[in-house]
Amino acid sequence: MRYAMVIDTLKCVGCSDCVVACQTENNVPHGFCRDWITEAVSGTYPNLELELRSERCNHCDTAPCVRCCPTGASHVVEGGIVLVTADECIGCGACIQSCPYDARYQHPDGHVDKCTFCHHRLEKGQLPACVSVCPTKCMYFGDVDNPNSEVSNLLKNRKYKTLAPEAGTNPHVFYLI
Amino acid sequence: MQEELFTSGRNIPNIDPSLEVWHWPIALYLFLGGLAAGILFFAALFYVLGKDKEYPAAVKKASIIPPIALSIGLLALVYDLTHPLYTWQLYTSFRIESPMSWGAWVLMIVTPLSFLWLFGYYREAYAGVESKLKLFKRLRFLNNLERFVIANRRNIAYVLIPLALVLGVYTGILLSAFNARPLWNNAILGPLFLTSGLSTGAAAIILLSKNVKEKHLFGKIDLGLIIIELALIAHMIMGYYAGSQVQLEAVQLLVGGEFTLMFFGFVVLLGLLVPATLELIELVGYRVPVIVPAILVIIGGLVFRFVMIEAGQLTRYLY
Repeated sequence: MRYAMVIDTLKCVGCSDCVVACQTENNVPHGFCRDWITEAVSGTYPNLELELRSERCNHCDTAPCVRCCPTGASHVVEGGIVLVTADECIGCGACIQSCPYDARYQHPDGHVDKCTFCHHRLEKGQLPACVSVCPTKCMYFGDVDNPNSEVSNLLKNRKYKTLAPEAGTNPHVFYLI
Repeated sequence: MQEELFTSGRNIPNIDPSLEVWHWPIALYLFLGGLAAGILFFAALFYVLGKDKEYPAAVKKASIIPPIALSIGLLALVYDLTHPLYTWQLYTSFRIESPMSWGAWVLMIVTPLSFLWLFGYYREAYAGVESKLKLFKRLRFLNNLERFVIANRRNIAYVLIPLALVLGVYTGILLSAFNARPLWNNAILGPLFLTSGLSTGAAAIILLSKNVKEKHLFGKIDLGLIIIELALIAHMIMGYYAGSQVQLEAVQLLVGGEFTLMFFGFVVLLGLLVPATLELIELVGYRVPVIVPAILVIIGGLVFRFVMIEAGQLTRYLY
């Protein structure tokens, strides 16, 4: 099993509902976030293109944060989800320096925190909070190892990209373009 | 081809968390760790070579610096942790892929050894202090320990030589392992920081030495190390220019960007070229107060750590 998230940038309107849902669900302290919206404008004026992306931890296959962690607090669990054990984390910041996606932050309690793909909800058979609230239904979540899953079908039939593939991390959040 | 690219989302305050998680304690530690590594390396090396009487500052007198430097450095490291009460978690496992884990374990071994090395020499090197430390004479345990250390100096030195090198390399490898910071992510940082650490160590020995022959020898060693360091810096800059877009953008900070004056003015010119020239002039036979190049090298080493820490955290992947 390998969990992955697929996000349709053509349907996303950048409403930030996913951000607020995550902050509420995971009790994210004020001023921080585990996911965020990026507005990327590209092209040459007047032929500009706007892309909206809901971004978060990419739960990479070769996660540099897990490699650099000196205590083993950052680890990978079943389904390829990268998690942080708060009371093994010393708050050294090595994982923050090694994440090309800047997906981690230092929680006011001291440990490092990030997106968990809502691991606690998956255990109950629910979708991650961000996916479940998306008003345009542009976010999909599932098992890419299963060739018949919704996410596998989307990746088979649509054009997609990942972020900073040159960082060599093999990210598992895919953007349909 | 895209000629313009703006990314507005990442600039929203309170949405994008601050990435500058490392501050002055890390830069200070990297400097002190390198300095301690340099001094311990020379002390152990010259002891093993049987030159402890010829070069007393390197082997004996300078041994006061590593324990103090490492203690302050360790305090600085723990001070920079945001979850410091869990520091012991570093020692519940050894993670071979994590440079920081290597560093934690090496420090755990080198720091006590540096205290032992000083303990074996404090009577010889600091004769005035000894008479004031009456407590040491009363405790039989400490006397036994001192005898043990003196009897085993050679073994301690053999352990210290490789460990000092690992400590010196580690200060650079620590940074180069972070692939998300393009300025740090190059393999030459390990040898570069080691050379810089050895060079500051040699400079500190020059400052403490009262022996003309010793000052000359370490002046020569320092000169050689500075030349190697300049070559490594040139290779580092070439590496950035031969690198990918993120590295091209990273090197702009050092060449033409906001750290240009700090890097080329204080590190390369005042910290390397000027002391190298002064040491060369002295070798030729002119009288130069050796304290000047030695202090310049030490300040240059400190500024170098601050520049790399501050500038490195401004560089990142853009997508």
